[in-house]
Amino acid sequence: MNIGLEHYLILSAVLFCIGLYGALSKRNAVVILMCIEVMLNAVNIALIAFSRYVVPTMLTGHIFAIFVMTVAAAEVAVGLAIIFTIYRSRQTVDVEQIDLMKW
Amino acid sequence: MTDLGFAIAFWILAVVCVGSALAIVLLRNVFRAALFMVLCFVAIAGVFVTLNADFLAAVQILIYAGAIGILLIFGIMLTRNSERGSPSGRLRIPALVATGLLLVTFVYIALNTTWPLSSQPPLEQTTAGIAEALFNRYVLPFEVASVLLLAAIIGAIALVRER
Repeated sequence: MNIGLEHYLILSAVLFCIGLYGALSKRNAVVILMCIEVMLNAVNIALIAFSRYVVPTMLTGHIFAIFVMTVAAAEVAVGLAIIFTIYRSRQTVDVEQIDLMKW
Repeated sequence: MTDLGFAIAFWILAVVCVGSALAIVLLRNVFRAALFMVLCFVAIAGVFVTLNADFLAAVQILIYAGAIGILLIFGIMLTRNSERGSPSGRLRIPALVATGLLLVTFVYIALNTTWPLSSQPPLEQTTAGIAEALFNRYVLPFEVASVLLLAAIIGAIALVRER
């Protein structure tokens, strides 16, 4: 059987939804960051699949994926710095106990 | 690559990807979840290879499996919550329903849209083409990305500095 664009899109959708479920339901902030990384990777698969099957010689999706990776690297650095700061002052990374700004 | 080999490679990589992503969400041990995340990234690099994206497959292994994986494992070590695990919160059931509905929507859209497929063969080597595009047409976003990375480095240092 032939593997086409739809296969990659469904793989991307499944990975995105697994990551989204983890990001919404987990309580450990580091695990939430990991799930967000999985979501960004799923988006990269979709971008590159579109690039491969719709505009194979223009590489537009590849450029987009490179920028997504750049933003993901920046996001992990700043996100972990925020988690460390919270951990230092409150001794927890449980997002249900980090409720200082909730009312 | 023959069609059959291509299909077998795709299915193996897809199963490894989805399985390790599920392991991230379901395992209670945070450190094992991080190792499965690295496995997921490596499998996604393989998916990129099946999409003729050789440069991005290399970048995926270097940045995601290497840098981000190690960074997150450092995060787990420094916050020392791996023995308490990663339990699910109160939003578990609503999150499951919402993501299920979203997945059904995505699959429906992917299967019922007529994509404007091109019959051209993909490029054999993408690195030169990416460099060409990045330094001509997308040079402004490229420079902005460097400013973003600088801001992220300075922001991270400013946040975790002892005062």
